[in-house]
Amino acid sequence: MNTNVIELHIWQLVAAYVFILILLAIVKIRGIKREKEILISSVRMTLQLILTGYILMYLFENESWLLTLLVLLVMEIFAINNIYRRVNVRISNQLKKIIALSMVTGTVTCLLYFIIIVIGLRPWFSPRYFIPISGMLIGNSMTGISLGVSRLVNDINNQKHLVESSLMLGATPKIASKEIVDNAFDSAILPTINSMVGMGIVFLPGMMTGQILSGVSPVTAIEYQIAIMLGILGSVALTVILFLQLGYKTFFNKKSQLVFESTESKQ
Amino acid sequence: MFRFQNVTYKDIINIKSLTIPSKKIVCITGESGGGKTTLLKLLNKMISPDSGEIFYLDEPLEELDAISLRRKVIMLPQNPAIYNGTVKDNLLIGLKFSEKAMESDDKLFISLQSARLNKKLDDSVDNLSGGEKQRLALARVLLLNPDVFLLDEPSASLDEETEKIIIENLVAQCKQNAKSIIMVTHSNKIATTYSDLIIRIDKGKVVNEEAMI
Ligand SMILES: Nc1ncnc2c1ncn2[C@@H]1O[C@H](COP(=O)(O)OP(=O)(O)OP(=O)(O)O)[C@@H](O)[C@H]1O
Ligand SMILES: [Mg+2]
Repeated sequence: MNTNVIELHIWQLVAAYVFILILLAIVKIRGIKREKEILISSVRMTLQLILTGYILMYLFENESWLLTLLVLLVMEIFAINNIYRRVNVRISNQLKKIIALSMVTGTVTCLLYFIIIVIGLRPWFSPRYFIPISGMLIGNSMTGISLGVSRLVNDINNQKHLVESSLMLGATPKIASKEIVDNAFDSAILPTINSMVGMGIVFLPGMMTGQILSGVSPVTAIEYQIAIMLGILGSVALTVILFLQLGYKTFFNKKSQLVFESTESKQ
Repeated sequence: MFRFQNVTYKDIINIKSLTIPSKKIVCITGESGGGKTTLLKLLNKMISPDSGEIFYLDEPLEELDAISLRRKVIMLPQNPAIYNGTVKDNLLIGLKFSEKAMESDDKLFISLQSARLNKKLDDSVDNLSGGEKQRLALARVLLLNPDVFLLDEPSASLDEETEKIIIENLVAQCKQNAKSIIMVTHSNKIATTYSDLIIRIDKGKVVNEEAMI
């Protein structure tokens, strides 16, 4: 890394907390009852990042494939649980399994391709690269799949009538739910695509900003940013496709009947 | 054609034995909530009995492939779905779903006429009235030319005059082409005028079967 990086002193960091104080003052004056959340979230952020910093330092100094994979596993588990919590609809256990399977398969496939072919990392588990890259792929895929799950489950529930009518006209479950599946795919990957459009103009992506601040040349930072953006898109698309292809089937049984959860509306 | 043996579905249907003959006009009547729609859905395997067996042409429904069955035994639901697009889109979508060959515009137009729907093929479906939507859905089913029509109150939102013309037309076509109709209706007049057999369903049971001569 470059040597002319400005190292932040503790008092400088503390000075940044002024923003929190300002926010607290504002909500206090306006009587918005959010002081507790703001305090908790800033404390959590601070503690979590400090902890992560030390963990990463330890990992970087003790390079080992076992530890790297362990971190990957922890991230996957965290992301999958986060999806279960974030999705605002009730999901069956079968669907939960499919979410987990698609997340792991999709992100790991893209991650390996990215690590081995795109950046040719050696050793492949070098935590300085492996961990942040997998974090970005997993985090974005997590967001994508959450959107896809909500949309799929909501649409099938709301459009049962349409799906049922299509089945009555002789459609296979696949065709009867095609439009719903396509829409779910769309809404899952749109945020990623939109963020690509604004990138570099409307905002500087976090990873690139971080690299530039820590002294990397903007051109190198941009190269990484482009590569990682493509990797993220691939990973989001793959996990979502896997999820949808397996997921829509859980709403039908072997007899091509819609599986109702006790709420079929009376005609 | 259809034969029921001790069929139960939840606590909605409980039919010890029932035979529905083929190439006939069969009407199903009964009070609202009696299980008529549920009965039709059992016939095209949209749902399956919890116990007992249903036979179609002497084969147990359990052993028939649901999709191919639904391409021969087609149900026109009580509130048929209309898909976004034009009248033509809605006619063709049935052919697409059941993987049949597309039909010419002339053929589409004839099906609209049989359903007494006075609309152009490229009219949008957005402004169709309830009754027009029902007739569009009927035209769509006619186009599919099934062996068995399962019609769930096909004329519920039509005036008496239109209802009479449509049903008369339908019955004539079915007699001519040796097709079967199983039709749920609230109208006693329709049932007694056109059907060969009237089955009365109450609280999930067959309470009366009346053959008309
Ligand atoms: N999937 C289902 N789960 C539980 N109950 C259902 C289900 N489908 C229908 N029912 C109930 O079963 C009964 C029969 O319903 P069905 O739709 O077959 O009646 P129907 O004879 O067609 O009535 P209508 O003349 O009003 O159309 C009703 O009480 C209905 O609420
Ligand atoms: Mg009904």
